[in-house]
Amino acid sequence: MPEGPDLLPRLGAFARLLHDAGLEAGPRRLTDATRALVYIDLKQQIDFRNALRSVFVSRKEDLPTFEAAFDIFWAPPDPRAAAGVLPGRSRALPMSPERAKAWAIALGLSSSQMNREQEPTAVPISSSGYSAEELLRHKDFEQMTWQETEQVRRLLEQAPWRVAERKTRRLRAARAGRIDLRRSARHAIRSSGELMRLFHRRPRIRRRPLVLICDVSGSMERYSRLLMIFSHAIARREDVEAFVFSTRLTRITRLLRYRDLDRCLESVSKGVHDFSGGTRIGEALADFNRHWARRVLGHGAVVIIVSDGWDRGDPARLTAELIHLRRSAHRLIWLNPLLGSEGYQPLTRGMAAALPHVDDFLAAHNLKALEDLGRLLAGLGTRAGSR
Amino acid sequence: MTVGTPTTIEEVEARLRERKYIGDRGLATSIFLALKLEKPLFIEGEAGVGKTEAAKVMADVLGARLIRLQCYEGIDLAHAVYEWNYPRQLLHIRLMGEGEDRRVAEREIFSSEFLLRRPLLDAIDNDDPIPPVLLIDEIDRSDEEFEAFLLELLSDFQVSIPEIGTIKAKRAPFVVITSNRTREVHDALKRRCLYHWIDYPDLEKEVEIVRARAPEAADGLAREVAGLVQGLRSMDLYKVPGVAETLDWARSLAALGATRIDSNLVDATLGSALKYQEDLERVREQIPALVEKARGA
Repeated sequence: MPEGPDLLPRLGAFARLLHDAGLEAGPRRLTDATRALVYIDLKQQIDFRNALRSVFVSRKEDLPTFEAAFDIFWAPPDPRAAAGVLPGRSRALPMSPERAKAWAIALGLSSSQMNREQEPTAVPISSSGYSAEELLRHKDFEQMTWQETEQVRRLLEQAPWRVAERKTRRLRAARAGRIDLRRSARHAIRSSGELMRLFHRRPRIRRRPLVLICDVSGSMERYSRLLMIFSHAIARREDVEAFVFSTRLTRITRLLRYRDLDRCLESVSKGVHDFSGGTRIGEALADFNRHWARRVLGHGAVVIIVSDGWDRGDPARLTAELIHLRRSAHRLIWLNPLLGSEGYQPLTRGMAAALPHVDDFLAAHNLKALEDLGRLLAGLGTRAGSR
Repeated sequence: MTVGTPTTIEEVEARLRERKYIGDRGLATSIFLALKLEKPLFIEGEAGVGKTEAAKVMADVLGARLIRLQCYEGIDLAHAVYEWNYPRQLLHIRLMGEGEDRRVAEREIFSSEFLLRRPLLDAIDNDDPIPPVLLIDEIDRSDEEFEAFLLELLSDFQVSIPEIGTIKAKRAPFVVITSNRTREVHDALKRRCLYHWIDYPDLEKEVEIVRARAPEAADGLAREVAGLVQGLRSMDLYKVPGVAETLDWARSLAALGATRIDSNLVDATLGSALKYQEDLERVREQIPALVEKARGA
């Protein structure tokens, strides 16, 4: 446990460790932590931990990282932890191997204690027996020629991505609409209480949030890279939530924020572990419905699923999840790259199950198709339930 | 019951418990530090884990008034901070004689007498002997504009009203902000706050909560209902039940005169715990197994 004179420098080092692991641990929080510890009995490790957590964490997602960092930094070495069997605690910190190594040296630990994420054994083995298909390899994005990428990117970025708007409940001044009592009265007071002129307000219009759920499984391999470029181009607008799936669902919204496409592609490729694995669309959508829908489908969102429908999961499951998803979305669009190819019939089990439950079923095999999508998005009405 | 500012974490814990709020030590620590550092406390957690309740109980602990601002989409300053009472102002000005000075009149009608005070202004400007507890509930329902305004308000606890001037809190209120995470609240706002994530309680704690808050349920029933809910939470459902549902369920069963659970009773009252038709259907098939497990818990 921390001792008096040693405490502040160690606290600073702990903040740096958190920072390197991706938490926001700037000077303000460090100051708060220092202030907080004045009121805490440092001999009570649990209170010490709780206090630091309450200062340095502000997202649920960051809790495991904080606990792991705390264990590594403050906890006395525990042989069980080193063996990875400490119940309920994961010691993996999301850090590059070089960083983890530097920290391991600084803290006098072996590097495997710092960062188990690099070991393939840390990957959860799915119980369904389908794990053999979950090919946990990092997909090399270098296959498309640089020139092609540049062309596609330029065209996509020039395309005017405008998603339809919706009325919000916030009002703004307008020429016509509901009477704005506040401004009208204001004006009247200036003219001795006579309501000389009426001002109006109208709901503000905002663009609808867009949610992309892209299939990056093996059968979609040829399209994955293009899809990422497409997602990146749209994500330059504010309100895009993006997910990719093959056997499981990964949120890539934050990764798409990189302005530089190459850096973005690299981080997505690193962050997504099952690129080009098998597909289980139903499970991925179930995961989305349970863990993300309530968080990202507010405010009349438009949901776009991009997949060829080659599903190895249970079609009944897929149907059930689509029905649920459609109910919570303003519009549910399915893009299928195969739809463009000659003589294609949506006969795969997955696609046949999905078709009756989506609002639009469109191609996505070339730029022309993506432009058609753009027109559809722009044309969705402002009213709720314009389905 | 003891009232006043607690001086230790243990005291926070004890006072919450005294008021039948069974929280964990982490929450007590966050509350204690928020009081000491005079920082807002940001509480997140799934629906029905007792976020709002924590603020209410804290008002009682401190002997302070609870001021609640329920957020919704489109909430603006006129609803959250202040609004001029325009009809009264207009009336006042119409009733004034011809010769009176207009500037004097304007000063009159833009005085606090004509001000409609909304929760945030009330929290900052009041004569309460003990600073109030300000609960900003479900901030995730408001929009970014409102968040930006709150950021300003929470950093120095002052509001400016152009016609009157800047009003600053004599003593900062104890602020509790809750969110259900239907959207990500901006980091800048969270950075100003201490944070606590309320998790679902484990079995023992949930039994304790049911005993404290639904005393009409017999001891055995409390344990079995808590066990059932724990079972439901491990299932693949669209919406798993929160603690609020556990309490509703325990009360419904107690109202039916039950002292133990059985498959028929659970079937009849399942609606207290589950709110989606798909979830109800899925669970109905498995009631006997769930009941058996809960009775063994």
